Amino acid sequence: MSVDKDTVRKIGRLARIHVPEESQEQIAGELNHILSWVEQLGEVDTSDVEPLASVTGHNLPMRADRVTDGEKADDVLKNAPQSASGFFVVPKVVE
Amino acid sequence: MTELLSLSATEAKRALTQKEISAVELTTAYLEAIDQTAGLNNYVAVTADKALEMAANSDKKIAGGTAGTLEGLPVGVKDLFCTQDVSTTACSEILRNFVPPYESTVTDNLWQAGGVMLGKLNCDEFAMGSANETSCFGPAVNPWSAEVPLAAGGSSGGSASAVAARSALLATGTDTGGSIRQPAAFCGVVGMKPTYGRCSRWGIVAFASSLDQAGPFTRTVADSALMLSAMAGHDPKDSTSAPDEMPDLTKALSCGVKGMKIGIPAEYEMDGMDPEIVALWQQGQNWMVEAGAELVEISLPHTKYALPAYYIIAPAEASSNLARYDGVRYGVRTDDVQSLDDMYEKSRAAGFGDEVQRRIMIGTYALSAGYYDAYYKKAQQVRRLIRQDFDTAFASVDAILTPATPTAAFALGQKQDDPLTMYLNDVFTVPANLAGIPGISVPAGLSKDGLPLGLQLLAGAFCEDKLYATAATLESMANFTTSAPKAA
Repeated sequence: MSVDKDTVRKIGRLARIHVPEESQEQIAGELNHILSWVEQLGEVDTSDVEPLASVTGHNLPMRADRVTDGEKADDVLKNAPQSASGFFVVPKVVE
Repeated sequence: MTELLSLSATEAKRALTQKEISAVELTTAYLEAIDQTAGLNNYVAVTADKALEMAANSDKKIAGGTAGTLEGLPVGVKDLFCTQDVSTTACSEILRNFVPPYESTVTDNLWQAGGVMLGKLNCDEFAMGSANETSCFGPAVNPWSAEVPLAAGGSSGGSASAVAARSALLATGTDTGGSIRQPAAFCGVVGMKPTYGRCSRWGIVAFASSLDQAGPFTRTVADSALMLSAMAGHDPKDSTSAPDEMPDLTKALSCGVKGMKIGIPAEYEMDGMDPEIVALWQQGQNWMVEAGAELVEISLPHTKYALPAYYIIAPAEASSNLARYDGVRYGVRTDDVQSLDDMYEKSRAAGFGDEVQRRIMIGTYALSAGYYDAYYKKAQQVRRLIRQDFDTAFASVDAILTPATPTAAFALGQKQDDPLTMYLNDVFTVPANLAGIPGISVPAGLSKDGLPLGLQLLAGAFCEDKLYATAATLESMANFTTSAPKAA
């Protein structure tokens, strides 16, 4: 499983990070270097092992489905790079 | 002034209570120390006016007999904790202009307890690094540096540097793979990572949510117990916050280790380990025996796989957490774009540094179709085996003693060429994050070059009392009293 320039482009697209053509080769090398080191996990027999996603040992708490906060439109928009009339503004997405 | 700075938090608290000093005097001394040590680059923002206002308020509370547990004690905050109306950047370009309209639960707890906010501390960008070199503000410098500037460690490098430099009496940090314990060891201070779930993650800029845990940086173990007791607590706003009661840590400090069993894991003796570290570890074992503990040889067979498992799990979670930086709701947006997607891609390329981009890419790859089982699921399975190793060990021992870091602080810039070399710094600290157990790094000696070296103690989940009992013993046996040459 080796990462090439095409894969770097694809990962960049999935991660929404623009990777300029001239650095794709180098990034592929770096990722391969790290991934080949990670390959040693293959030495561990995990055939009957349940993946561990959470260490808390607690069940996720349930709560009533009701509004407990809000009316903070100004706070929410305060850090927006661009906003207008109570909305976030983004580049045009519909022609 | 130097006398004020030389007080531990516990001593300063007593002096404040007895009105020998005032909170304003103490805070003023720290603000002057921050100025004096500005070259260490450990603060990224100083909130002097706010600090003096909070200190004056503390003096009133002390006079009125309503002092909190940290009343009047100056605290520095890692720039990963959201602080209301005070810039919070995660030391990333992408958040350079972010001013949170809310306060993180941990810092709120500290202010409720009477802590005085000095400012925001430098760290690696989004807490990703082991030398504070990925910060968009440049690295924090270790106050133990002589001619060559040394790394303060990372990611909480600014926190460790400031506590060691006496420009903060207490500091917050976060530890995802060693980001509290490693810099604490590099700077000769006490750094503690609690059990996962002890400290609320609400309002802390997320890196890897199943591993991130906030904790205290202090000069002494007693100060650490004092600060942690104020920081921790159940928080309904964090669904992974633990409802378990914190044991009485003050009591734990004086209970000693007589009759306790301390595990020594065979797998932590690694090939090519610095002989000084090996010797210090042996010394630590001797101290424990001298204090009345029994040493037990234990095995944590999957130790070797903790780092590679971590470098899949942490980047995978990071790639998901950092998806929110899209140039729409907050953070920096790149102008001159063709489309919405173009804006996302260019804003993120410009706003994230190299290491953060590398980890997002690794994480995205590990989670992508066709590779999920081979990388992410595999790493999570190994994570369970690591947790089981510790469960087995803690069935027969009360705590585990290990080195904190493979080396003393290295020169800044020395390990930048190969990300893997940098990752290896966390070899002794990462397993505790994967297992969710508490760990503490205690300064225990000096290298031949006169740099601090730390030992790490680990305890079972929610057994902070045992951790502090052993740490207090280690501290008193090691009697590490040297202060950093570049301290204020």
